Amino acid sequence: MVPLQAYLILSAIMFIIGALGVVARRNAIIVFMSIELMLNAVNVSLVAFSAFFGDATGQALVFFVMTVAAAEAAVGLAIVIALFRRKQTVNLDEINILKW
Amino acid sequence: MVAYTPLLVVFPLLGFLVLGLFGSRMKNEKLIGILGSGVVGASFFLASAMFIHMLGSEPEQRSYVVPVFTWLSAFTGTPGSFTANIAYQIDQLSILMTLVVTGVGFLIHVYSIGYMHGDRGFWRFFSYMDLFIFAMLNLVLADNFLLMFLGWEGVGLCSYLLIGFWYEKKFTGDAAKKAFIVNRIGDFGFILGMLLIFTTFGSLNFGSVFSGASMLAVGNTTVLWITLLLFVGAMGKSAQIPLYVWLPDAMAGPTPVSALIHAATMVTAGVYMVARCSILYALAPVTLEVVAIIGVVTAVFAATIGLVQNDIKKVLAYSTISQLGYMFLAMGVAAFGAGIFHLMTHAFFKALLFLGSGAVIHAMHDEQDIQKMGGLKEYLPVTYKTFLIGAIAIAGIPPFAGFFSKDEILWNAFSSEHGSWILWLLGVFGAAMTAFYMFRLVTLTFEGEKRFDHHRIHPHEAPKTMTVPLIILAVLSVVGGFVGIPHASVIEHWLDPVFTPAQYKLLAEEHAGGLLEYLLMAVSVAIATAGIYLARWVYLQRSEITVSLAKRYPRLYRTLANNYYVDEIYDAAIVDPIVKSSDEILWKVIDVAFIDGAVNGSAKLIANIGQSLRRLQSGVAQSYAVVFVGGIFFVITWLLLK
Repeated sequence: MVPLQAYLILSAIMFIIGALGVVARRNAIIVFMSIELMLNAVNVSLVAFSAFFGDATGQALVFFVMTVAAAEAAVGLAIVIALFRRKQTVNLDEINILKW
Repeated sequence: MVAYTPLLVVFPLLGFLVLGLFGSRMKNEKLIGILGSGVVGASFFLASAMFIHMLGSEPEQRSYVVPVFTWLSAFTGTPGSFTANIAYQIDQLSILMTLVVTGVGFLIHVYSIGYMHGDRGFWRFFSYMDLFIFAMLNLVLADNFLLMFLGWEGVGLCSYLLIGFWYEKKFTGDAAKKAFIVNRIGDFGFILGMLLIFTTFGSLNFGSVFSGASMLAVGNTTVLWITLLLFVGAMGKSAQIPLYVWLPDAMAGPTPVSALIHAATMVTAGVYMVARCSILYALAPVTLEVVAIIGVVTAVFAATIGLVQNDIKKVLAYSTISQLGYMFLAMGVAAFGAGIFHLMTHAFFKALLFLGSGAVIHAMHDEQDIQKMGGLKEYLPVTYKTFLIGAIAIAGIPPFAGFFSKDEILWNAFSSEHGSWILWLLGVFGAAMTAFYMFRLVTLTFEGEKRFDHHRIHPHEAPKTMTVPLIILAVLSVVGGFVGIPHASVIEHWLDPVFTPAQYKLLAEEHAGGLLEYLLMAVSVAIATAGIYLARWVYLQRSEITVSLAKRYPRLYRTLANNYYVDEIYDAAIVDPIVKSSDEILWKVIDVAFIDGAVNGSAKLIANIGQSLRRLQSGVAQSYAVVFVGGIFFVITWLLLK
């Protein structure tokens, strides 16, 4: 059996990679990919616990998370397209209107 | 009768309120005049009724207190309680003062209907005058120091309002401010005196204070300080040295104001206060001496200035200061009744003189310089005759009123244990100068040759509403003295019960003067008559003497004419340092640097903090995400380590 810790470590590594991507990447599409990566890391963690404890609640929650992730990706990409139409760029460093 | 007492005070208050609120909309001058004078007349009528009632009752029943309502009451029942009520004390002294105030006041109000005719602020004038009468009545009728002080301040306020009546001219505003501020300096002493009275006697009520005082010994130091402080207040209100400087400038106000406030009533408030507190003053012989000395010095000092003034009202103003000095001289030698008697006769003839001068000014189209007058007696016969009567009365010629009252004072100054021949001599000197400058005024104004262009200016006699009060006051100046014939004085007998506690403390006896008294009387009359004839001779026949005297002693003349440069001295010694230190220290350092610095500085501090915090909001979403992620990791670490 693969021990539980392995799955959790995998989840943690995926989450960290995703977080770093959100923080440090300039391209808005890449940032969205990182956000999806973070969500999937959480999914992995939920499934691992569900299998380990034999409780189906975790897997049910995974369905919710995937649905929400899909909806959020759709909305987010719509925002990116609207932003691109305005500024002709998806470089996040240049989107700084909400400032002092 | 007792129940109607508050009406005495309420009538003028009603006049003030009605005229103040609706006067600007009343177009009919006659209505305003009748209302304004009528309320004072109503008070006079009521006061006369009360007086007659008093005459018919026993002496013990003549003094009573009428409470109206409770004004302030704190900590009742404990030793530190303080109560001050609106309550009026009716006794021989206060009813006499009330009659003088309302009687002379009524005549002056009627006169003002004619004098202020056509003035834009006619209604305002009468409302202020009614307010003044209200405040003055509160002052003389009060039964406790606090209510008296209310009236005291009230008359000071009305004095300010009325002196500055023609506020468009800068000088009148300055004169009004000066009057109020100098009064205030005196009031500072009065307030300290009241506080000391409260801590000593536990109450501000006359009854309690005076009965407590009668148990103290003569020479008590606390009472000494109380009386001195109260006298400082009197110095300010009644224009004695050193706080007299406001009165000559106050002549900038309309003449009826000068007559009412600065001759007959407000300035006599200080004299009344000393008379009311006679028991306290009897306990402090040192203060009595101070009062007498300041009184007689002021009398002489002001008379010397009056000798060379050329403005008709300024002469009368200095004359008022001088006569007030005589009243305080009387108080200072413990002749309280004589002082009040002179107060009454002075009210008659000084009001007469001021109103007469108003008629002259009115006739000469607002000319006030007597050097530009002369020979007016053929144009203004009634004014001339009444003015002459007033002048004879003030000079102290029998049988007119001034003779009896002034002579009573001089005799008491000479013979009382608290007096001395020096005071008498100075008093006579002052009386001589009084006679001289009054007749200088009469001669230069009414007699001799006309020094004005009589082809262009046609003086006409004043209307009836102005001349009738003049005539009434002239009659009073003639017969008013007969209530005070020496050794048969009705007025002093009337006032005796008020001053008995004080006289008891002073162990004073009435001095039977005998031959000496009549001799001194004759001396003062002779000197006064000599003064009159000298003035007439100089100014009618040898007016060049005055010019040559002025040339031979130019510095003396200029000093007198500029009233000893007292105003300039005050400016340099007191006013300028205060203004400069206010500018340099209080304004530039404390206000600008400290206070503004603190207020602006704290605002700047907050602005700076805000500036630095603002940099957190860069607008770049990823920097927010950095903070977000950092926060998450921090929380996880913290939870793991807990």
